[in-house]
Amino acid sequence: MDNEVAIIGVGLHPFGRTDALSGQQQGAYAVREALKDAGIEWKDVGVAYGGSQDGGNADALSNHLGLTGIPFVNVANGCATGGSALASVIAAIQSGVAEIGVAVGFDKHPRGAFNPRPKDWGLEDWYGETGLMLTTQFFALKTQRYMHEHGIGEDALVRIAQRAFRNGALTPHAWRRRELSYEEIAGSMAVNLPLRKFMFCNPAEGGAALVLCSAKHARKYSANPVIVKAAVMRTRHHGSFEVFNPGLAAQQSPAPTVMASRAAFELAGVGPQDIDVIQLQDTDSGSELIHIAENGFCEHGEQAHLLKNGDTDIHGRLPINTDGGCLANGEPVGASGLRQVIEICTQLRGQAGARQVPGTPRLGYTHVYGAPGVSAVTILQAG
Amino acid sequence: MKLDTPKKLACPELLDLAGGRPALLGSRCRACGEVYFPASHGCTRCCATDMEPYRVGSEGTLWSWTIQGFQPKAPYNGGESEADFKPYGVGYVEMPSGVKVESRLSVADPALLAIGMPMILTLQAYRQVPGEEPVYTYAFAPA
Ligand SMILES: [Zn+2]
Repeated sequence: MDNEVAIIGVGLHPFGRTDALSGQQQGAYAVREALKDAGIEWKDVGVAYGGSQDGGNADALSNHLGLTGIPFVNVANGCATGGSALASVIAAIQSGVAEIGVAVGFDKHPRGAFNPRPKDWGLEDWYGETGLMLTTQFFALKTQRYMHEHGIGEDALVRIAQRAFRNGALTPHAWRRRELSYEEIAGSMAVNLPLRKFMFCNPAEGGAALVLCSAKHARKYSANPVIVKAAVMRTRHHGSFEVFNPGLAAQQSPAPTVMASRAAFELAGVGPQDIDVIQLQDTDSGSELIHIAENGFCEHGEQAHLLKNGDTDIHGRLPINTDGGCLANGEPVGASGLRQVIEICTQLRGQAGARQVPGTPRLGYTHVYGAPGVSAVTILQAG
Repeated sequence: MKLDTPKKLACPELLDLAGGRPALLGSRCRACGEVYFPASHGCTRCCATDMEPYRVGSEGTLWSWTIQGFQPKAPYNGGESEADFKPYGVGYVEMPSGVKVESRLSVADPALLAIGMPMILTLQAYRQVPGEEPVYTYAFAPA
């Protein structure tokens, strides 16, 4: 394709807790890092898309970066905010709106679990008041059913968390950098069985930004650009098992992840077997367990064996969440999807240090999934 | 579940208490037959808007379950102190029409819960604050 778009700069404000900086300041920091990486300045940027859930408007980053008059669009798509911003920048560059674009996500959530309001979700007060409106409950109910249908035991959930924290310990910018033993995870508090404390990620803070331009100009700016082969976002169909549902349909239908993944592979002209390094949404161990198969990397039920075998480790056949994923980095909702893209770029550039996937990876994959039933997938190729 | 004394309900519009035993109320799409709980004004399956009331019933089988192990923050209003909080079961129960109803469960012991077991609807006082009338919601119990 001669209309391809490349990532020429990446920038991250490390995830975790940064009391001294607002969410917007962390977003602006990430943009400056990405501009530096691309060797350009903010005034060279022609279009920007960005968002956060709790950190305020993205276009207010211009107050930090410079008021250059460019179209700066606020994106609000929950967990798919970063993916939607990225897809929008790509479309803008492809349509000739600008030569260089920025996608940015940032966030700063209050401590503790998210605090939803029933009315915001089209639900009545009783649903929240009686103790049914919790994301952790949803993940547990979905995981419990999935494990039952596919004959998977709790061992798989422990191994996913164990690998996440093992990889996090190798990642200098990760929030959680302490390896946890199998016993520590398996014996941690039963938050929502079958999911335990160390199988859940926490809301966090941070910022992530990408600089993009047309692939044919990419070499002007970067010695190692990364080509975006696909960036796809999809929403749920009737019958999908999603968060905050007092009732589920009689017939289940494929998840938005499945639809986004299929479309991305088709667009990129590659298959799951071609992917060298993978980032999957791991809000909790159960979500990642489900996502390994929903994204086509194995059959449903095969995960237990893959995990036990070490196939998803950095040196395995399907390296997943090499930077520790959401479990080790926390989840600033607006920034989380772009962190995944940055980790894949780092891997494809061979700059991942102690957590580098061996053998010069060429193709990478990112996947986010979240409320109220959205998924975004990218397929990235070393340029 | 004795229904002879009137109870304060968190969600009275979801329940039919006539006939001595609680039953859940929903709706059904007149165009494609899809059943919804709670009642819906439109059909997300076929996009029609012609819905009729539908009695979802009182009995089903456990489709999935978890135990709520920590005290939820607002909007939960169980009203107990953190020290008094007791974990409660939550599940989806598959009803005869196939729709799965999310519900509190009468038991919170993993040893007493298994996917596929028969369940029956009851009422549960989820909010019991001294000096106040208890507030009830629907819940499923092992049949
Ligand atoms: Zn219908």
